[in-house]
Amino acid sequence: MFAANFLLLLAAAESGANMIETVAWGGGVMAAIGGALGLLLFVASRAFAVQVDPRIEAINAALPGVNCGGCGYPGCSGYAEAVVNEGVAVNLCAPGGAEVAGAVAGVMGVAVDDSDRKVSVLACRGTREFTSDKFEYFGVKDCRAANLVHGGAKSCRFGCLGLGSCVEACPFDALVMGADGIPHVIEELCTGCGKCVTACPRDLFTLRGEKQNVVVVCASHDPGKIVNRACKVGCIGCRKCEKTCKFDAIHVVDGLATIDYDKCKHCGACVKACPRGIILNFRGARRARKERLEKAETAAAREAR
Amino acid sequence: MHLGLPTFRGGTHPPEMKELSRDLPVEVLPVPELLACSLSQGIGAPARPVVGVGEEVRRGQLIAEAGGFVSAALHAPTSGKVRSIGECPHPVGLRANAIFIEPDGADEWHPDARQELGEEAALALDAKEIVSKVQAAGIVGMGGAAFPTHVKLSPPPDKKIDTVILNGCECEPYLTADYRVMLERPGEIVKGLRLLVKAVGASRGIIGVEANKPEAHERLLREVRGVEGLSCRMVAVKYPQGAEKQLIKALLNREVPSGGLPMDAGALVQNVGTSVAVWEAVASGRPLTERVVTVSGECVERPGNLLCRIGVTLGDLLAARGVRAGARRLISGGPMMGLAQWNPEVPVMKGTSGLLVLDEPAPPEHVACINCGKCVEGCPAHLMPNRLSTMGERRNWEAMMDWNVLDCIECGVCTYQCPAKRPIVHWIKQGKNELRLLKIRAEAEKKKKEAPEGVPAE
Repeated sequence: MFAANFLLLLAAAESGANMIETVAWGGGVMAAIGGALGLLLFVASRAFAVQVDPRIEAINAALPGVNCGGCGYPGCSGYAEAVVNEGVAVNLCAPGGAEVAGAVAGVMGVAVDDSDRKVSVLACRGTREFTSDKFEYFGVKDCRAANLVHGGAKSCRFGCLGLGSCVEACPFDALVMGADGIPHVIEELCTGCGKCVTACPRDLFTLRGEKQNVVVVCASHDPGKIVNRACKVGCIGCRKCEKTCKFDAIHVVDGLATIDYDKCKHCGACVKACPRGIILNFRGARRARKERLEKAETAAAREAR
Repeated sequence: MHLGLPTFRGGTHPPEMKELSRDLPVEVLPVPELLACSLSQGIGAPARPVVGVGEEVRRGQLIAEAGGFVSAALHAPTSGKVRSIGECPHPVGLRANAIFIEPDGADEWHPDARQELGEEAALALDAKEIVSKVQAAGIVGMGGAAFPTHVKLSPPPDKKIDTVILNGCECEPYLTADYRVMLERPGEIVKGLRLLVKAVGASRGIIGVEANKPEAHERLLREVRGVEGLSCRMVAVKYPQGAEKQLIKALLNREVPSGGLPMDAGALVQNVGTSVAVWEAVASGRPLTERVVTVSGECVERPGNLLCRIGVTLGDLLAARGVRAGARRLISGGPMMGLAQWNPEVPVMKGTSGLLVLDEPAPPEHVACINCGKCVEGCPAHLMPNRLSTMGERRNWEAMMDWNVLDCIECGVCTYQCPAKRPIVHWIKQGKNELRLLKIRAEAEKKKKEAPEGVPAE
């Protein structure tokens, strides 16, 4: 094309046809400049190319791409870079779970330390039925804002304020505000990213791992008398759980039953003993979920066959 | 409009509502059966009790010493017995410890608190002696913020204060406590001002009075006449004319720099009530044990200005003045900046200027910002509350920092004027709190990183 242009140009120059000559000259010069710059760009792109570790891209592709930040890095690409450049653990992606951890480990050529699936659990059962409000709250509909006004309207100063800051913070719709005034965790959807843990002004969420089946769902350190006035399902520190436990795994610390998970055998004795019904055993729920998942897997495998 | 009167840019004009109590002379509230003297009277560290349970105390006796430099001492408001020391509700919402005193009815002064100096001798004291007497008397700013006065009187040596301003604006609607003090004790206000001027080595003292209080202005003017360096000036009626930075702007035409204090503009601002307390402390050795509180609002049966002991509860005040049916809000302080209360067991603090009972209904649901600019026009701190409110709504705290949220004086003009009924100040207060928490977290992380490796996290 260049050659043709040039020929045309020469031809025009010789023929002396004025207009054609001018147009042709112009086109020719532009083409020459374009060609020269193109060549320059081509050389520059080769000479100054930034070397990207292909592993970063591979890991990025394997990650879910929701940018939840649950790993502690700025988004999925940030985590991918951290894995390759800083050598951080391969199983930090909570939403991705074991599958993604395996994929990342595959890229990095390491073995996964089998990541314990974690789900969020709210340490409060103080629904509207069991608690009351100290005053009418008119302010910003946000737990953290409400907590600044006399520590929130709720009768219990440790309990859930029920304005749903956690629900708003959850990137996976795994929390829903119940009609009863406290949020509920949908364990199927919870990825254990921990956003709700930081959103709650009262630190009521904990990430419950595989070994933490038995959970005390109350956070009140108030003495029993005050708890009794504030909430019908608050820990009154009666120590019944402590006396029932055969493994010395549960103790009332600072007015609140606290479980030592190194000793807990998930027998459920304290669950039955608690007069307030605020020690829950998730073992059954966990088993049911596992069975459901296995069933789904075999069905999928059968279909694939 | 009061054309020609000095003022600041921005502000608003809420209904004054002062007619409910402005013409009622200060009445003395009888000492109730129990007084709750909170150990956290003002900004700074809580005071440390120096008396034990069961101990007999007399009025003016030191019962808790200051917990640090930025902290104020606490004195027994009457004579009686210490019943207990324990948790007590606090108007800011957090719980604080308090010394509960059961009065014996004699209301006898402690000998330490009766050291009459006489006017001449008091005015002849030097700066150091004045500050130490103010510190010993546990005086805090009585306009509302309750910042320990002796701290304000001890500026760092590189900050030169040339003017002391006495704040007699009382720009909050309903409140008339300062107004009554100005009418009834103008002599002590001016003598207190003379001490304050001397304490910081200033050359002049100005009393700023809003133009809606001509009688107070006149009386103070009569008192300052003939005293060298003192003057009393009228300022325009506008909210928040009584905010210290805005008053400095109006009277001295100086701006307190962003993030700075009045001393950065060469000024010290004190409330007129504080000035009386300073005079009492220096001239008679009497610590701060009482203050004037306005009890007002549509739902108070007999509004009034009550001289009450520090430690009477809001419930005592309400019982004394009666509450009408239909009361929906209980506010400690003024309606613009005051704090809503729910617990009648909250005690009166050294900084409690008023108690309001209003029938204000619940605010309507707020809507999106319509960018009308009313808040920007009204903001006396020259901020853009519209932007800050949307940042707050989206929890974008770091952006708030870039828009100078820390310069907000929380006067409430933006929220009062907002046609979309947005709770702007609440978001700003939350933003400031979140920024504080973020800073703490960042510092903790930095410390963790700096710690030598290999040390267990424990």
